Amino acid sequence: MIYNMEYESMEKQNLEQLQIERLQATLHRVYRNVSFYKALYDKEGIQIDSIKSLDDLKKLPFTTKNDLRQSYPYEAFAVPLRDIVRIHSTSGTTGKPIVVGYTKNDLKTWSSLVARILSAAGITSHDFVQIAFDYSLSTGGFGFHYGAEKIGASVIPYSGDDVMKQIQVMKDYRTTTLVSTPGYALHVASLMEEMGRDTQELNLSTGLFGSEPWSENLRKEIESRLKIEAFDNYGLTEIIGPGVAFECEKHSGLHVNEDHFILEIINPDTLEEVPSGEQGELVFTTLTKEGFPLIRYRTGDISSIVEGNCTCGRTTARIRRISGRTDDMIIVDGRNIFPSNIEEILFEIEGVEPHFQIVLSREDGVDIIELKVEVTPNFLPFDEIRKVQVFQEKIAQLLTSQLGIHAKITLAEPKSLKRSTGEKIKRVQDNRK
Amino acid sequence: MIRIRNLEAGYDKLKVLKGISLHVNSGEIVTIIGANGAGKSTLLNTIASLITPSSGEILLQGKDVTLAPPDRIVKGGCVLVPEGRQLFPTMTVKENLILGAYTLFGRKKSNDANRNLEQIYKMFPILNDRQSQLAGTLSGGEQQMVALGRGLMSNPNLIMMDEPSMGLAPLIVKDIFKVVETLRDQGKTVLIVEQNAKAVLGIADRGYVMETGSLVLEGSAEELLDNNDVRRAYLGKDYKEFTDMGGRE
Repeated sequence: MIYNMEYESMEKQNLEQLQIERLQATLHRVYRNVSFYKALYDKEGIQIDSIKSLDDLKKLPFTTKNDLRQSYPYEAFAVPLRDIVRIHSTSGTTGKPIVVGYTKNDLKTWSSLVARILSAAGITSHDFVQIAFDYSLSTGGFGFHYGAEKIGASVIPYSGDDVMKQIQVMKDYRTTTLVSTPGYALHVASLMEEMGRDTQELNLSTGLFGSEPWSENLRKEIESRLKIEAFDNYGLTEIIGPGVAFECEKHSGLHVNEDHFILEIINPDTLEEVPSGEQGELVFTTLTKEGFPLIRYRTGDISSIVEGNCTCGRTTARIRRISGRTDDMIIVDGRNIFPSNIEEILFEIEGVEPHFQIVLSREDGVDIIELKVEVTPNFLPFDEIRKVQVFQEKIAQLLTSQLGIHAKITLAEPKSLKRSTGEKIKRVQDNRK
Repeated sequence: MIRIRNLEAGYDKLKVLKGISLHVNSGEIVTIIGANGAGKSTLLNTIASLITPSSGEILLQGKDVTLAPPDRIVKGGCVLVPEGRQLFPTMTVKENLILGAYTLFGRKKSNDANRNLEQIYKMFPILNDRQSQLAGTLSGGEQQMVALGRGLMSNPNLIMMDEPSMGLAPLIVKDIFKVVETLRDQGKTVLIVEQNAKAVLGIADRGYVMETGSLVLEGSAEELLDNNDVRRAYLGKDYKEFTDMGGRE
């Protein structure tokens, strides 16, 4: 179902008008209220009034994670602190966290955008939505919580810990919808299988997964093991949290909420816009945020535009599922490799789980890639050195033939690598510095 | 209905509108709120072509009317109910109303004008009773009804109203705004400029906030009512109320 017919299926030229109006208003507000933007535009000699079209947006400098870190905690807020009613923050796994403030209106906007995600996945007031994101400074839990309440679903705010109890609640409360990271869903499936329980015991029919890139194969695996339909959604705390883009029932890309965010896709090296359809870094400008507006924010997430209109009736732009992050990117022999590429390959190999870690090191000036892969619990030939070697070679060969990288393969015991339970997996460990 | 991009206009060297972009959809009541001197009236006067814009674009029902003369705007279905009513005080109510039908003058259209006049008397029965009274002797509220009625005489699609609540008692303002809602229910589109933000946001669908010649906010009426800047600046919510509640800063 389309939650907001008027705005999700706008004619292109009406959308463009709305975007330019909201962009101009946002620019006036950030210039007046955010010292970071005022100083930046003054320094660059940029007149806000000179932004007359969406194309003119390109004249403005980007905002980076680093800019926001320097504004820690509240410097980039655009309203007085007394107008802020909620504070969230990024996890800060790669540095100082970024603190994001929401006004009353921001929370309303956010709920309605998450309501769009849920409606597109067919969730209604008849559903029981169990949220397995942590209710914490991160946005996943609260974002989905209020969105699900908005459409009248029954919300079960379980949080991420204790999978065993989670499963029990899911069964007893007749949960129909699981909201979590894809890794967590897989974990639920594995645990049930381990206990010899059938996932059919559950009433689960739909899963909404996000907050880390996941491959199409992982989707198929989750769908078949949990017997559900799995939907991808995309968002990030700096922009609003979940609610930036989402899949509809056609599963052909993620619809961007363009009435609230302007999307650009750039080449992260040249910073130029990529031709439509090509991969690049997603850049967003917020159009309605009051507390924490951002102009041309570089997300570090990699995707591309899906051309043409979706048959679902929405007219908003679609992006492909996130294939990786610019900062997860490994560059070997001029090739950009994303961990998700490796995940795709591991799926083709019997005997390994899609849980892995890439360790980069440098010996005598040569980059060494080590891939630590977890084997499945029923992986037998651990005691036969030759068989293990053959197995390792097979993985190494696939990586060479498909990605062009030469990696040392290390097999790890099941569940020995760090799990993702609401927290993001750190898939790349770079020891080269 | 109307779509405006980057409109700039002013008086001699004084630039009042600094790049205004806005749109009004068919059947909507849209309001522009803002302080005195923000440029709200200049905007309506520029749309009505009483002021020539220095740059930008105005599309009325898809047609570029940026540099069209005022009568073309009226013939295109867009009328302005000006600030301070601007009636002819020494002419009768009926005469004032008929002036609004000047686009219908001509042999074949006078019937239309008469029909419209009947409609307006139906909408404002008081004007029927007072049709031969001099406009200058009416109360403020009645004068506003004449001004609105005069605008409606050409049967426009888009009605622009400049400060309709000015100088009127709260109860009369309520009456006028009720009429505006009725117009929307009949399928008309309304763009209202107001300083009385609270009253107009009660009937509007969407709104814009204008500050010193620029639009700084767009949103549904509900969103604007919940925006703290709007509440502080235009809804008379006292600064102290906010600080007492918050305690921070």
